[in-house]
This record gives sequence, C-alpha cells and structure tokens, in this order.
Amino acid sequence: MIITVASGKGGTGKTTVTASLATVWDAPLQVVDLDVEEPNLHLFLWPELGSPAKAWMEVPELDAEKCTGCGNCVELCQFKAISMMLSTLTLYPDMCHGCGGCIAVCRENALQAGRRELGEIRQGRAGKIDFLMGTLRIGEAMSPPFMEQVKKQMQQTLLETNQDVIIDAPPGVSCPAICSVIDSDVIVLVTDATPFGFHDFKLAWESFSPLGKPMGVVINRAGLGTRDIYDFCKKKNIPILAEIPFDRSIAEAYSRGRVIAGVSDELGTVFVSLREKIRDLAADSGKEVSHA
Amino acid sequence: MREILIISGKGGTGKTSLTAAFSHLADNKIICDLDVDAPDLHLLLQPCHEQEVAFYAGNEARINQDGCTGCGTCAQMCRYNAIRQENDRFTVDPIRCEGCKVCVSFCPEQTIEFPEKHCGTWYVSTTRFGTMVHAQLFPGEENSGRLVALLKNEAKKLARENNIDLILSDGAPGIGCPVISSLSGANFAVLVTEPTPSGRHDLERVASLCDHFRIRSGVIINKADLNPDEAAMIEQYCRERNYPLLARLPHDPVITEAMVQERAVTELGETEIGREIRQAWTRIEELAG
Ligand code: SF4
Ligand code: SF4
Repeated sequence: MIITVASGKGGTGKTTVTASLATVWDAPLQVVDLDVEEPNLHLFLWPELGSPAKAWMEVPELDAEKCTGCGNCVELCQFKAISMMLSTLTLYPDMCHGCGGCIAVCRENALQAGRRELGEIRQGRAGKIDFLMGTLRIGEAMSPPFMEQVKKQMQQTLLETNQDVIIDAPPGVSCPAICSVIDSDVIVLVTDATPFGFHDFKLAWESFSPLGKPMGVVINRAGLGTRDIYDFCKKKNIPILAEIPFDRSIAEAYSRGRVIAGVSDELGTVFVSLREKIRDLAADSGKEVSHA
Repeated sequence: MREILIISGKGGTGKTSLTAAFSHLADNKIICDLDVDAPDLHLLLQPCHEQEVAFYAGNEARINQDGCTGCGTCAQMCRYNAIRQENDRFTVDPIRCEGCKVCVSFCPEQTIEFPEKHCGTWYVSTTRFGTMVHAQLFPGEENSGRLVALLKNEAKKLARENNIDLILSDGAPGIGCPVISSLSGANFAVLVTEPTPSGRHDLERVASLCDHFRIRSGVIINKADLNPDEAAMIEQYCRERNYPLLARLPHDPVITEAMVQERAVTELGETEIGREIRQAWTRIEELAG
C-alpha cells in the first residue's frame, strides 16, 4: 500500500504527521520525502543516509559543425529552450523539459543527448524504516522530472521488499503535488481549521478528487479557527481520520524537531488510530472496486 | 519603481498575514499575490474584481480518433507516459501531458490536435488598501512561472500608469519555478521564517536562491519565542551571512484571530505584534531604498 500525505498549502503539519505515522507504523515500511524543494522529513526521523547519487535529465547538446540551421528543432520546441539568431543555434538547457523532440527531429544528427543535473537522491535507514529523499538543485526550476526519478528509486526498493510506503508530498495542488499522489492507494490530506487552511483544503480536494483515490483528512491544530471544514467534510462525505489538538506544547515540541507521536500517550493513540483508519479506508475502497 | 517581495521558502510561516499587514501600512502601492497555486491574500483583503481575464498557457495534445490508425508512434515517442492504450484506442492523459508537441509532430497520420489550454483566471481588483493584481490557477494545472510573470508585468503597468512607485508582492512558496519567477527583478525580499529545524533549513535554501539571483534580503523570525535556541541560531546565521534581521515576532494567537475576522493584524488596534510589524515595515522601506 502506498499512502501519500499531502496538503493544499505548506505549514499545515504534513511533515509532522508523516513522521509520526512512520514511527507508529507496525509493518515493514519505506518513507519517501518527495517534497524535493524543501525536504524536511530527515530533520524529524534522523536517518543514517548513504552517499548522494546525482539525478540527471536528458537535454540536447549541439554539434555546431553538423548544424545546417534548418530550424526544425526551434520550431518543435515548445519551451523556448532553443533559439536561432543569424543562423546560429543556441540552447538554453535550463528551460528544456527533456521531451527529446529536437533530437528526434534533427536530420543532421547535430543534436545529441546531453544532461542537466536535477538534484541529489539519498537513501538510508531510520531504525527499521527504509528512508528515501530527493533534494532539488538550487536554481533548478522543474521538480516533477526529478520527483519521477526519486519515485523510480522507490519502486525499485518496493520490488525488492514489498513493504508499505508513506510519501511526504510537496504542498500545493499543482504539478508537483499531483506527481506525488498519482500512484498512491490512499491520500491523507493534512489541514488546519483556519480560514487559510480551509480554503486551500478545498482546492486540494478539488484537484485530487478526479484521481478517484480514497481520501481522508487529518485536522491539525483542531480547535483553532472555524467549523467550516467539518461541515464541508460532512457534506462531501470525506472521512476525518484524526484530529490533533491545538496545543502550544505540540508547537514547541515540533520546533525542537521532535516527532509528536512521542510527546504524550494521548498523541501516540491519535496516530495509532490514524494508522488503523488509513488501513480501513484502503480496504473499503478495495471492496468497492471489486464489486464494481 | 521598487518591488518588495515577501517569501518564506515553505508555507504556513505567516507570510500572507504579514503581507496583508504591510499592505495596510504601505501607502501608494500595487498589491500583488504571486502565490497563484494557493492564493490566500484575498481572504484578508476581500478584493472586488474590476477586470477578469482568462489565462491560457501552453497546449495539450488531443488525438482525433477518426484519423488514428493505431500505429503507436505517439506512445513510443512520448517521454511522459501520457499516451494511454486500450485495445487499439490511443488517448492522451491530460494530467501527464506536458504539451511538448512531439506526438503531434511525429504522428504519421497528422491526426493529433494541439489546442491551447485554459489554465486559470487573473484579476485586477480594488481593495480597501489599494489596487490588487491576483490570479487563481485551476486546481491541478501547472504552477506556471508564466502566470507569475504576467501578474508582475500587469502590476508594473498599473504602477506606471498611476504614478505608483511600489509593488508589494506576496511571493510563491518553495524554491522552484514560481518563486524564481517571482524573484526576478525584485529589489528586496523579506524572508519570513519560524524557529523550527525545518524553518531554518528552508530559510537557508531560499536565502541562497536570493543570493543566486543577487536580490537583497532581510529576515523576519515569526513565532520566535516557541524555540528561543533555534531563534538564536537563525539570528546567528543572519549575522554570518549579513542578512539584516527585520523583526522577531512572538507566537501570538491574534494573528489567527485577525484571519478569522478577515482583517490585517495591524487593523485590530494596538497590539505588541502590530507595533513590531510597523517597525519592521519602516526598516524594509529604508532597506529597499
Ligand atoms: S528536448 Fe524538448 S524541451 Fe528540450 S530543447 Fe529539445 S525540444 Fe525543447
Ligand atoms: S501516432 Fe497518430 S496514428 Fe499513430 S497511434 Fe498515435 S495518434 Fe494514432
């Protein structure tokens, strides 16, 4: 089972929930930090990490002597990554999306596959947990191709071990967020009950619903803000899987890098029950699918 | 013209609440919400839309089934696994399609259409603090740097037309494409952080990004009293790297209260945090020159 912990916006406690859930998980587990722009999970789980492996994306490289200046590649490229000035071709590798079209379209073989660094992937262990994270290179604008490579690594480990996976997704509702929830079996949306939290939660729900995955909610800092989110979930039949109370001691524990499931027995129970509810959610939806 | 940008690396640090307060304090400016993926500033400023424009970006492949012979060239060439095959029927999965046009160009039957994609809406609005430029992408759409650039341009145009010399922007979260677009051309970046291990880590990354693009920046530590040790480490980091510390704000529920009342925190009368935000704003105006 692959569980993705996502949130409409940052700062809702997504990483805390992921870390806590991981520590109470009672089956073989791999956790993956796919929030590659701001990977933070390692700051809570303290994995022992192996040496980083660089990840690359294929971008074209020009052999200027072979180029006749026909401009076929310029015409094909949708991302302004190639331009022609006075019949001299210039490549802008930072803009390239790696579609390979220019290389395929060039009749003179003047373009070959080169590469651009996307970021670094690290693997390691946090106790019994397999840990995997990606860190996007500073200045790299495109995270999805990099996330795909981190996911490939995750699939590799999965093939060898067949364990459960918990993914810490990037916040938001655009490409990177979609990229991380698209292959998961269950989506856990973390939100808080403030007006900002509720507003962004609705956006996340709208954008993930079409994927047809079972989805549940964790309300963080419960008791703060308004009841709007509860009414909304009731109306849309979205299960509330857990509520984490608003409590300054939790905020302080978090600010010290502590996994909050370990702060008190009560909080530990909240996450054990979250674990069970996630399993039920996955099992229920499995039944529906087989009956359909 | 000056452009002051409020960013935070990650979300939830109080960036938008601070932008709303600065919008209240600054005179004669255009307000801009560059967080087009999950904009929140409108919840505090209640903009009244004066102008509403559809935003189109990129294109999307669509296979015209009438001409398709099922040769599978498109599926072979697509690097994003966006072409689905069910029996002999090939279709494009819009969620995975990057709009690269490779399938369109290489389809031997020339039967793939490539219409433009409607990705969201942008607005020029009036608010009680002045004109605001903002947008909303449709959920799941590409968090386009292009939309951010468009908003910035529009803000500049409005500023020039109305003799306004300040653009105050709520930046996008993260350090990827949308933030890079929001940083371009900014005079000063206000980096909002929290005294948590991830807060410091994110601050370091976003600060490096500002340095990379040679944009001057200053730091606000929000909720500084939650973890005084971590706050001290952030201060130390700022001293070492020469980032001016603009404010050290307490963890104060009045920020959430302002949010629930849909107001800027500085509008709620005299509060300690309000005073400190005013001082920070004076500093920012000096530093942004
Ligand atoms: S690989 Fe695709 S995106 Fe990159 S330069 Fe070539 S055509 Fe443009
Ligand atoms: S390349 Fe063209 S004809 Fe061949 S399967 Fe794709 S759409 Fe159909």
